[in-house]
Parts: sequence; C-alpha cells; structure tokens
Amino acid sequence: MHYLPNIIFIILLIVGIGFFVKNVLKLKRNIFLGKEASITDNKSQRWKNMAKIALGQSKMVVRPIAGALHIIVYVGFVIINIEVLEIILDGIFGTHRMFAFLGPVYDILIGSFEILALLVILAVVVFWIRRNVIKLKRFLKPEMKGWPKSDGNMILYIELVLMVLFLTMNGADYQLQQMGADHYAAAGSFPVSSLIAPMFEGMSVSSLVLLERTAWWLHIAGILFFLNYLYYSKHLHILLAFPNTYYGKLTPKGQFKNLQSVTDEVRMMMDPDADPYAEPADDAVVPDKFGASDVQDLSWVQLLNAYTCTECGRCTSECPANQTGKKLSPRKIMMDTRDRLEEVGKNIDANKGEFKDDGKQLLNDYITPEELWACTSCNACVEACPISIDPLSIIMDMRQYLVMEQSAAPTDLNNMMGNIENNGAPWPFNQMDRLNWSKES
Amino acid sequence: MASELKVPTMAEFFASGTVPEVLFWVGCAGSFDDRAKKITKAFVKILNKANVSFAVLGTEESCTGDPAKRAGNEFLFQMQAVTNIEVLNAYEVKKIVTACPHCFNTIKNEYPGLGGNYEVVHHTQFLKQLLTEGRISMEGGAFKGKRITFHDPCYLGRANDVYEAPRDLIRKLDAELVEMKSCKQRGLCCGAGGAQMFKEPEKGDKDVNIERTEQALETKPEIIAAGCPFCNTMMTDGVKNKEKEASIAVMDIAELIATAEDL
Repeated sequence: MHYLPNIIFIILLIVGIGFFVKNVLKLKRNIFLGKEASITDNKSQRWKNMAKIALGQSKMVVRPIAGALHIIVYVGFVIINIEVLEIILDGIFGTHRMFAFLGPVYDILIGSFEILALLVILAVVVFWIRRNVIKLKRFLKPEMKGWPKSDGNMILYIELVLMVLFLTMNGADYQLQQMGADHYAAAGSFPVSSLIAPMFEGMSVSSLVLLERTAWWLHIAGILFFLNYLYYSKHLHILLAFPNTYYGKLTPKGQFKNLQSVTDEVRMMMDPDADPYAEPADDAVVPDKFGASDVQDLSWVQLLNAYTCTECGRCTSECPANQTGKKLSPRKIMMDTRDRLEEVGKNIDANKGEFKDDGKQLLNDYITPEELWACTSCNACVEACPISIDPLSIIMDMRQYLVMEQSAAPTDLNNMMGNIENNGAPWPFNQMDRLNWSKES
Repeated sequence: MASELKVPTMAEFFASGTVPEVLFWVGCAGSFDDRAKKITKAFVKILNKANVSFAVLGTEESCTGDPAKRAGNEFLFQMQAVTNIEVLNAYEVKKIVTACPHCFNTIKNEYPGLGGNYEVVHHTQFLKQLLTEGRISMEGGAFKGKRITFHDPCYLGRANDVYEAPRDLIRKLDAELVEMKSCKQRGLCCGAGGAQMFKEPEKGDKDVNIERTEQALETKPEIIAAGCPFCNTMMTDGVKNKEKEASIAVMDIAELIATAEDL
C-alpha cells in the first residue's frame, strides 16, 4: 500500500495527458479540413517572427497596461512549469522536492516562482476588474455574451486558484521545514509564502502534512484540468500562438493572393491560339468553387487562425466599420469560423468520420453578407492582432464567393464592375477621354 | 496661371524611339474625378518644373482592377491586370509613379504574380527622391508655420509601410505637422477602401469619414493633407459635413508643394 499515492498519481497523469492528446489530434484533424496551403518559404524569417511575436510578446505591448499584465501572467506560466516538472517527478517517484540538491540555485528558483505567483495573482485580479468592473468596451460587444464571457472569467479563476494552491503548499512546507518534520528537509526560499506561514502556527505536524499534501494534489490536478480545459476555451492561444505566428503572412498587408484557377482561365481566354471549342483534357481538374462559403473552403492556416484567436478584441476595437456602429466585427468573424469548424468536427465524429450535410454553412448561418460588405479592407484588424491572425483574408474569400459564385454583390458594386468591364474605369466615363484633364485649364 | 502642362504619352516616346525615366500612372480618379484631376495637374506641374522625363499611357491606361478585386471579383481583376501588363510590357516600362495608393499597391504587389514586374513608387516617395537628389527645391512659402495634419491612406501606410515620405515633405514646407489620435500603423481608414467608395455604407451610427474627420478636427488643423484621391474626397466631404470648408482645406501633398512653389 506504500506505493498507492504513486500509482494514483501515475494514473491521474496518464488520464490527464491522454485526454489532452486525444483532443489535440481532433484539433489537428479539424484544422486540416481546410484547403492545402503549402508554406515552406522564408524559414528563417518565420522563426524570427515566432520568436519576436509569440515568445517575445512584441505586439502585446502596443497597449501597455494589458501588455505588461499579460507578460507577467505569461512569464509566470512559462517559468512555473519548471516547478510542475518537479511536482510530476516527485509524484511518480514518491520523493519530495527532488531538485533540492541544486542548493542555492533551488533557493533562487523557488523564490522567483513565489514572486511570480504573487504577481500573477495581482495581474489576474486586475484582468478580472477590467473585464467585470471597468467594463472596457471591447469586452462588451454582442459576440462576447454568454460562453465567451464566462470562459474569460473561468480562466482567471483557475489561474487564481492554482497560484493560491501553490503558495499554500509552499507555506505549509515552509512551516514543516521550520518544525524539522520528517521528509520535509529544509530546501528552497519562500519570500512570499513565509508571509502566510504564520497563519499555520499552532497546527500539528499531521494537519500541516495534510494541508501541504491537499494543496499539492489539488495543484497538480488543477494543472491537468486546465490543460484539458484549453481545448474548449479561447485559452488555446497559449499553444497555437507559436505555429500561428510562424505561418503568419509575410507579404505586404495590401497584397492579396491571386487565384491561380482564375489565372489559368484568363490566360486561356487571352491566348489568341486557344481553340474555344476544344474539349477539356482528360486530366483537367474541375475548378474549385471560387471563394469560401464554409470552413472547408478556407485554407488550414485560416482555420488555425480561428482556433488561435483569444477573443481579445483588439481587431474589433481598431476596425473603422465597428467603430462607427456597423455590424462587422473581425473578432466575430474568427469566433464564427471556429464555432462552425467545431460544429463540422462534431458532425464528422457523429457520422463515423464522414461529414453529413447539415444544411448549414459559415455564410449566412454564422456570418452575414452585411458584415462582409462593411469591410474597407484597411488591414487595421490584421495590424492589431497580437498573434498574426488575418481576419481580412476570410472576409475577402467570402466576398469572392458572394460575387463569383452567387453574383450577390450590392447593386452599386455591380454597376462599378460593369463600368470597369465596359469602360476600363469604375465610373461611366469613356476610356478615350482619359487624357482630357491635360487640356482642361 | 502658369504655362500649359506638358503631358507626353508613351506612344509619343515610342514613336521617337526613346524611353522616359518614369511612367506616370494617373489612375481613374486622377483622370476623371474633378477634384482628383487637380492633384494630377499639380503633380505634373512639379514634374515639368523639375524637368523629369515622364510619360502617361493616356487612352491606353485602364483601371488596375483594384476595386474589382477588393469587391471579390477576381476574374474581372485579372482581366484588367493582364491587359494592363500587356500594354506596360510592350512599352518596356521599368519604373512607375502614381498618386493613387490603390493603383500603387495593386501594380506593386499583385501584378508581379501575373507577369508585371516594375519598380513602383508613390508620388510622395518620388517627390522625396527628387528633393534628395536636388532636382526640386522647396521653400515653406504659403505654408510656413501652418498646422497641417496628415491622414495616412491605408493602402500606402499599413498596406505598404510608407509613413515617412509624405511627412518629410510636409516638414520641408516649414509647416507644423500635428498627428491625429490614430496615425501611422494605427491610422483610421477614410471609409473608401475595399470598394466602399462605389457603394452606400452599411447601416451604423455614422459614416467612417465623419469619424475620421472628427479625429482630424481635434488637432485644430488649418490643412488636412492626404496622399490618396479617395481619402481626399472622403475628408473633403467630412469637412463639408462639419461646415468647416471655409477654414480648413483638404489638400494632396503634390498640391501643397505646387502651391508652395507657386506653380
């Protein structure tokens, strides 16, 4: 029975990580429901972007307050993982503070974890106040009602609880070390938890051990829970921000991709030697549909974007259409894409790996043409995103579908396009009058 | 009024067996819109004064296809692009200057993928270059000490990272350059991009150009400078809407320079 805790721990670990892996595989499958986009260029630039934007948080600090707080929580998260490694090894081998042999290095490690834990608690409290008391405009948009709102708060609560458990665990440990309890050799320095230790004065060794063990178990169980919560949450960005910044757009923001299928067709039309009555070659591929009406029409990078979005709303608060009260919200575009993709994924799971038409699609059922037509393609949303998400590319692909597959452009735009086609200008002027300005005084 | 404009065409150069230093791509707005034509003429006056060897395509120019592409009509865009590229390549064009950031962006970024490779510069970059090379000189003159705010066109700024050339030119006028709340990377759109120029805006609290004009007015400017014919129209409308047209002028950078030099 001596090994019971170790066995329970290992089972907990396997279940926790196993469930996580299962969901990651599902995530990967869903992302690759998107169309092929081979991105193998500029590797060094891409690594640099990932280092700068995801690891270095360079775009978070554009908004200094949120940026500084985010960096605290982020650094806290990354560094405290070293502690988690020790917890896992202790749990497996039934040891206690396995890394204590590091001596003064260990003191510095534990000391800095504690200070970070305290800073994270403070940052989380400020974040909560920003979301719930100050009522920042970007957290109050229509798309933030319901689950997105509670998800945001839930993450803050979990982080708070994890940090409190960590400090409680250390505080009880510190007290036990002071009392010279068995198994609790003096190790680590406790600049923060030593301050809460006086609360435990007068407790017996056995109650302190119970307290320390309870906090220890809840802490690691909490971490495993949080790991599995990620899949269901906007918090997925802590993992996906890295690949997302790697695959982010490198070309100028104003450069929209040229559709190859259209190029082929235009070339053929313009080729004087082409035989208009020729039968299509046997190996000719049937052209894809133009643009996107559902998630499968988007590229896997756009779908990765959707899963990476953390709903911070910086895109929406910079969007000129949104600022002037129009329905378009770039954040909603990303959230809708993710919601629809999840729906498609569940459909596939329910139908033994095949997607069964559910009579729904991203266009109309999630994103309305009114939203799409309000976009000025100004790239403010793309610039604002701290982790290289491109909502504009989805908007443009859906406009292409509306225009090229459905001829559903607003009348004014149809007139404009008719003018270009007939006169080579968006207005109804004659091409032969193009130089008239040079003779007018 | 100064002397008549000299506006040679590519066809004329071709006939004489020579090539100009640069092709001036006028654009649809610059060719047909009454307000934008003034920008075109101001730019040509500067080119004439600086003795720049340039030519326009004239009746051989056609829409770049930018509004069609942004509206989602890739087919029409590529038809336009391929036709224009044929003309440009036939004249062996190497360098293009344009006063329209939409033409600038499309020819610079989207034409190469369809076989059109040129050095493309915005007219503010070109003017800056002429200044650096000493081919034009600028004095503050009419604008000395005036408060000027610059509205960043999305397709020049964010889309292509050109922020400093227009600002450097304004500073050269000895004017006081004041920045709006949203400027440079975070500049607010005028509301015309993405083919919005050619349609009614969607329902909302207000139009984008009004919001932007309000930001401009907060800087208490005497002049709102722009570097795009569409931004110019949108801001002019905004200023009219606020009934400030008597005290605030909306001017293109080329017009500022032409006026300062009394061209």
